[in-house]
Amino acid sequence: MSERWTLLKRNLLDFWKVFGRNRPGMLGAFLLASSLFLAIFAPWLTPHKPTDTMRDANGKAMTFASPAEHGPLGTDDAGRDVWTGLVYGSRISLMVGFVAGLLSMVIGSLLGILAGYFGGWVDNLLMRATDVLLVIPDIPLTLILVASVRQLNLGVSPLVILILVIGLLYWTSTARLIRSQVLTIKERQFVARARAIGAGHAHIILKHIIPQVMPLIVANTVLIVSTAILVESGLAFLGLGDPTQPSWGTMINFAFDRNAITNGAWWFYLPPGLAIVWVSLGCVLLGNVLEEMLNPRLASHHLEDESHMVARPATESAVKG
Amino acid sequence: MTVDVHWSVTDTPKNHAAPLLSVRHLSTDFVSAEGKVAHALEDVSFDVRPGETLGLVGESGCGKTTTMMSLMRLLPAAGRITSGQVLFDGKDLLALSENQMRGYRWKEMAMVFQSAMNALNPVYTVAEQIREAILLHGVMDRSAADKRVEELLDRVGIAKTRKNQYPHQYSGGMRQRAMIAMALACQPRLLFADEPTTALDVMVQAQVLELLKTIQRELGLAVVLVTHDLGVVAEICDSVVVMYGGKVAEYGPIDLVYNHPQHPYTQRLLEAFPDLNKPGDVLASIPGYPPRLNALPPGCRFEPRCHRKIEICASVSPKLIDVSQAQEEGTLRGKKEGELSSLRHVAACHLCQGPEVTY
Amino acid sequence: MNRRDYLLRKLLMALVTLAVVVLMDFYLFRVLPGDPVRAVIGRNVRISREAQEALRVQFGLDKPIFPDQFLATVAQWATGNLGLSWSFRKPVTEILAAKLGNTLILVTLGQLLSIVLGVALGLFAGWKRKTAVDVSSLAFSLVTWAIPTFWLGIILLAAGSTWLGLPTGGALDTSNLDKPLWETLPDRAYHLILPTLTFTIVYLGEYMLIMRSSVLEVLSEDYILTAKAKGLSHWQILRRHALKNAMLPIITLIALNLGFTVAGAIYIETVFSYDGLGKLFQDALDKQDFPLLQGAFLLLAVTVIGANLVADLLYTYLDPRVKAT
Repeated sequence: MSERWTLLKRNLLDFWKVFGRNRPGMLGAFLLASSLFLAIFAPWLTPHKPTDTMRDANGKAMTFASPAEHGPLGTDDAGRDVWTGLVYGSRISLMVGFVAGLLSMVIGSLLGILAGYFGGWVDNLLMRATDVLLVIPDIPLTLILVASVRQLNLGVSPLVILILVIGLLYWTSTARLIRSQVLTIKERQFVARARAIGAGHAHIILKHIIPQVMPLIVANTVLIVSTAILVESGLAFLGLGDPTQPSWGTMINFAFDRNAITNGAWWFYLPPGLAIVWVSLGCVLLGNVLEEMLNPRLASHHLEDESHMVARPATESAVKG
Repeated sequence: MTVDVHWSVTDTPKNHAAPLLSVRHLSTDFVSAEGKVAHALEDVSFDVRPGETLGLVGESGCGKTTTMMSLMRLLPAAGRITSGQVLFDGKDLLALSENQMRGYRWKEMAMVFQSAMNALNPVYTVAEQIREAILLHGVMDRSAADKRVEELLDRVGIAKTRKNQYPHQYSGGMRQRAMIAMALACQPRLLFADEPTTALDVMVQAQVLELLKTIQRELGLAVVLVTHDLGVVAEICDSVVVMYGGKVAEYGPIDLVYNHPQHPYTQRLLEAFPDLNKPGDVLASIPGYPPRLNALPPGCRFEPRCHRKIEICASVSPKLIDVSQAQEEGTLRGKKEGELSSLRHVAACHLCQGPEVTY
Repeated sequence: MNRRDYLLRKLLMALVTLAVVVLMDFYLFRVLPGDPVRAVIGRNVRISREAQEALRVQFGLDKPIFPDQFLATVAQWATGNLGLSWSFRKPVTEILAAKLGNTLILVTLGQLLSIVLGVALGLFAGWKRKTAVDVSSLAFSLVTWAIPTFWLGIILLAAGSTWLGLPTGGALDTSNLDKPLWETLPDRAYHLILPTLTFTIVYLGEYMLIMRSSVLEVLSEDYILTAKAKGLSHWQILRRHALKNAMLPIITLIALNLGFTVAGAIYIETVFSYDGLGKLFQDALDKQDFPLLQGAFLLLAVTVIGANLVADLLYTYLDPRVKAT
């Protein structure tokens, strides 16, 4: 057991040595980490509550106050502090994004492993299912699913509905990726050897396949989470979020509906969008770098620059042999 | 083991001609992204006369393909030719611009790659691809080119009716023959063949080799054949260059090299051939690993694996020695002065006796 | 592989997908809401108990949901009758038809621009790797991927209307609503600038990335080396050998992307109050107008399925490996 632990530690250390030198990757990690920081330490980063109304010297609500009048990010149409909204909103956006992303990743990985490992009709069924799902337009489908579930008045928070719908619809790319990886792993010797000594399917999957496929799952999770965050923000913008627990998308929805644009209150709609970009960019940079490290690209192609090919010192013109 | 060389290589007219291709002191490096340098080739020299078939043999990684790629200046992005000359008809190809070099490609020297599925573009027909080569360099119009395509395919034994098919519709052997047809499209004087039969099964291998021999005889084509298969070399080559660790280990007419190998590596290679007359013998092999090209030893590169090494081998790199004189080869050679200089048998080994070779 | 077999398989898949869509559409809007009468006539309509019963019989709602009601609905849809919109009080088909044109223009224009620009940039970026063009294109793609479509629209709308005086919304000026089409073209074009720009930016990065990937893969193939050995110049190789092979995955992508493009249209039209199917969808969502949602979804899904099928057909003509033997 301890042997496996030391091996793991050494692998992580090696990974860190390579990753630490990768600038886009480190940038991505920083963006992500800072967003998490914002979400976790929200109450300490602002003296106000998201529902507090900012009032001026005369007790009047400061609606659409610019950052110059009320820092750092001004107020919205109801006089609430935008920075506070942003900081607390991070909790919602990130929470929904992570949980939905995780859900979709779990479903996708599970299906991908099963399809890749067992092949045959299981694989066929899965591939046809993903084909069907991929063709149907995703946002309209998500919208009508959320709309029809909500009108059932099941008493659950709209956020839960969002998480479930996103998680249940966005697993296809993960499933395909993991499946093809499992297919490659299956070809390797040790699977055949394990089968030869009578190991059962569950054992092989748990002990051999999953550890090999785990790095790819991790890399892919980061990308799926960013997709979930973007989808959630879009749905929230269209009004399907929880108004009592506004995410960044909901903030932009409010800004749009309540004429922040015509009122020139850019501090209301700009920061939440930037926050979404901040997090998504972080995830995408990190995810791409991780995937690149796992499936490195070819070093060069045939049409690269040839000016360095003949690198010898200049000689006189052709000499008769 | 003695190789039965069927024809006499020493008295044919081609031996008297001036070399078509002269490689002199060619050195090539590969530079990695981090700046590490691998010395893939060092001081490689040999000649190819018109109509001659030269074999380039060695194990994987010895530099034979790199040599060929350097000669046509088709190295990958990391390749650097650091010194030497490649004289084609007296003109140094390495001194040309890329534009000028393109004029030589296919027109003077063409190439046949290993029968990879993708050496031919899958979205164009075979006829279209051959025609492209003709129209690019030739002075023919389209209809003349079309006729020539049919001629070429006919020469390699592919039916005219199949000319408008796509590469994936051809078998492996057919694809290889199509590539040969394409290579001959502009009537080059030199053909490079990189492991042309390695990916084929034995029957097809024989066909393709036979084809190469025939074409060569008919067209007076010079061929440089890169392979690790000594048997193939024995069948169609006039001379052979044995490479090891990026350097020339031995070079000479095939009957001399095969029957009187001077370099220990060549000797072991030939010994490793199973002898059908002695089925019970243990297969010989060469222990050890090829040298790492970015951490080369100061002495002979074969020294760690050599069965005849002496003390000096580890510290001093052997020069090329002309071993022709020291051998009892009088029976196989005419004593005509003019020939001898172009039929040298050379080897890079401290054990060899003879004058140093200077190219 | 045989072209006929390939197409038959794709057709079968399309039909299966269509069946799934129809089932889902029916279930979500007829079954789920509970009271089927309400599902048909709307929520806010007051109606007496007898009238309800009469309607129940008239609409066949007393029959079992599966298969009777379902098949009846499918038959109804097949004839183009998508029911009555609750909020507009007009046939759904009529409403959809009126808005279809606007969306088509926007989507086609936006997609065309992003494809052409994206493919060109991707070709260049893949060829000249690690140059300024490549690095900046990559950075651009990465950033645009991370930007939510609707937010980009808002930014462009705010910036465009404030600094450039571009319209703040709509497909055309309200004064032009009743004028014939050709007279309103300049106005329409004027209103299309910002939405199309948003559209193009959003999808440009993606096409560039895919094309670049495709080009990198193709340029590493053996036949490119063969072409080089033949004496072709880089540009000749790119144009004749690489381009065709690299474009094949793009065709598939364009078709696949149609579903996601529709999503983009919903956001962009909403932000720009552009009077098309996307905005209609959003309005129907807001007003909980189920028949309209149902019909719009059906139309969108059928269009995407159809387009995918067309793309598959096109692909068989372009890739010789899928020709009839």
